[in-house]
Amino acid sequence: MARVEERIDAGFAGSTAADESALPRPRGDLARMPWVSLVIITVLVLVALMAPLIAPHSPTEQSLPDKLRPPAWEAGGSTKHLLGTDVLGRDVLSRLIYGARVSLIVAAVALLAGGGIGLMVGIVSGYLGGRVDSVLMRVVDATLTFPTILIALLLAVSLGQGLQTIAIAITVLIWARFARVVRGEVLAVKARDFVALARVHGCSHLRIMAVHIVPNVLNTFMVLLTLHIGFVIIVEASLSFLGAGIPPPTPSWGQMVADGRSHIASAWWLSVVPGAAIMLVVLAFNLFGDWLRDWLDPRLRQV
Amino acid sequence: MAIAAPVVLDVRGLRAYLYTRWGVVRAVDGVSFALREGETLGLVGESGCGKTMTGLSLVRLLPEPAGRIVEGQILLEGEDLVTKSESEMRHVRGRRVSMILQDPQTSLNPVFTIGDQIVEALRLHHADGERALAVRAEEALRRVKVAAPEQRMRAYPHQMSGGMKQRVVGAIAVAGEPRVLIADEPTTALDVTIQLQYLALLKELQARTRLAMLFITHDFGIVARMCDRVAVMYAGRIVETGPTRTLFRSPRHPYTEALMASVPRMEGSVTRLPSIEGQPPPLHALPAGCRFAPRCAYVDDRCRREYPPIMPVGPAHEAACWRVEPSPSR
Repeated sequence: MARVEERIDAGFAGSTAADESALPRPRGDLARMPWVSLVIITVLVLVALMAPLIAPHSPTEQSLPDKLRPPAWEAGGSTKHLLGTDVLGRDVLSRLIYGARVSLIVAAVALLAGGGIGLMVGIVSGYLGGRVDSVLMRVVDATLTFPTILIALLLAVSLGQGLQTIAIAITVLIWARFARVVRGEVLAVKARDFVALARVHGCSHLRIMAVHIVPNVLNTFMVLLTLHIGFVIIVEASLSFLGAGIPPPTPSWGQMVADGRSHIASAWWLSVVPGAAIMLVVLAFNLFGDWLRDWLDPRLRQV
Repeated sequence: MAIAAPVVLDVRGLRAYLYTRWGVVRAVDGVSFALREGETLGLVGESGCGKTMTGLSLVRLLPEPAGRIVEGQILLEGEDLVTKSESEMRHVRGRRVSMILQDPQTSLNPVFTIGDQIVEALRLHHADGERALAVRAEEALRRVKVAAPEQRMRAYPHQMSGGMKQRVVGAIAVAGEPRVLIADEPTTALDVTIQLQYLALLKELQARTRLAMLFITHDFGIVARMCDRVAVMYAGRIVETGPTRTLFRSPRHPYTEALMASVPRMEGSVTRLPSIEGQPPPLHALPAGCRFAPRCAYVDDRCRREYPPIMPVGPAHEAACWRVEPSPSR
């Protein structure tokens, strides 16, 4: 027995020496940054912020003699209207630039509100469990059964068109998705021993939720958030496309796609240009979301 | 052993039931024991006999909403924990009673560094500034023999081995300088050499702080190494208690005896290891008499009708079996 003890003590010393090797230091992840999406997102934000400064024309100014001009590189196009003009002779580029504002504002407001509500509901529901959980999750189920566009249309019609209406409609639509996913994560986190140990060490429920649960669901939440930016922009565009979104003449990308629909054969740029913008922005946010997911995970961060 | 050491934790007739949809699970069904300062009591038994539930009810953290303490007293230095409010309990947990759980992999929060987590635990007990807490945390790591503590402070749990993590868990557990430490199979998830190191470490911590330890395990090797006394649990009750040596040499309860017989020995060749036939009774449908009766080799009619009282059978040695004669010394 004594010999075993000795060896064990030696093991102590041995492990000390072996573990001396420095831990890998976090390296700069510059090469791994999602540059493409960052550039697109930055440009989008700058354009939206400085719309009046960079737009070559007013987005609402009509000029019937100039109507349906093709983009500059097409036959009959001019550098005066880089991306052409619409049926009323409005500059497509300028409308696109102002439209970015609508998309971003709607996305920001709806995600902050909807995501925030969803996060809170999900955490409370998952952590408290029991009856609270049952009730909250039935509400979530009910919300998720509404057909997205239908409920948004309904809200838009009953509340009247406008930016607030769209923001409210989208908030109502997405909070439940956040709540559902966050709750699932909370259930998984709650079952781990460190939560039990936190209670053993005298933490209150509120403190456990804030210190132990929230940081562990935050990366899921952030990823969900970025993935939903795309969704929100598309819903806004769909609503505007259906005529329940931003009232004209305020330009919005969805509306521009809708307006161009009847001229798709003769003036393709009217729908394609805003459509491409939507696609590019949604793609950028999704790529950014993927990168963020990896970056936020401490296990993947330093590999 | 210093018998004179004061009793820190005195559990009397503790019953903790789980109210499930399958019925009432009597996980802890009349458990009594006392724990003295600096003493280690081993709580042994098969899986599902109520060991962990006993540990959890001591800090009043039974699974909610199913679990409840229905009867009994938990006297911690004379104060009954059963009647305390939830906010009073918060001051008991961590500061006076602490716990180590089985799985080091999930005992630490994966999104914070080791340093942050120790500081967090220390903050609950010390009113120091950030800097001083960090120094204390490093000191705590050094005390649990974590190599290169200043570097480990910045490490995340996934960058450490299981044994290292369990040491950090230990450091956090004793951060509040508790009087009682409940260790629920703390070495089950560790490999054998690391187990021994960890046990040595716990002993060292105990020697320094006069901690009373309740050591929940099913490993008799660990019991022999760690515990001053042993309580054998079967189907929610303690069937035999006694000093480790006595219990190993002359077990009085047939269950203890059977458990001892099923431990492999180093000496002699064994062709087939004896085992206990059958399963423990489900805790929601317990038999009327002795709970071990269906598996007991010495069973008679009385065993099936009546549960035997716990009787002294020797110095500090008690057993609940109709077969034992009360020792004349008491």
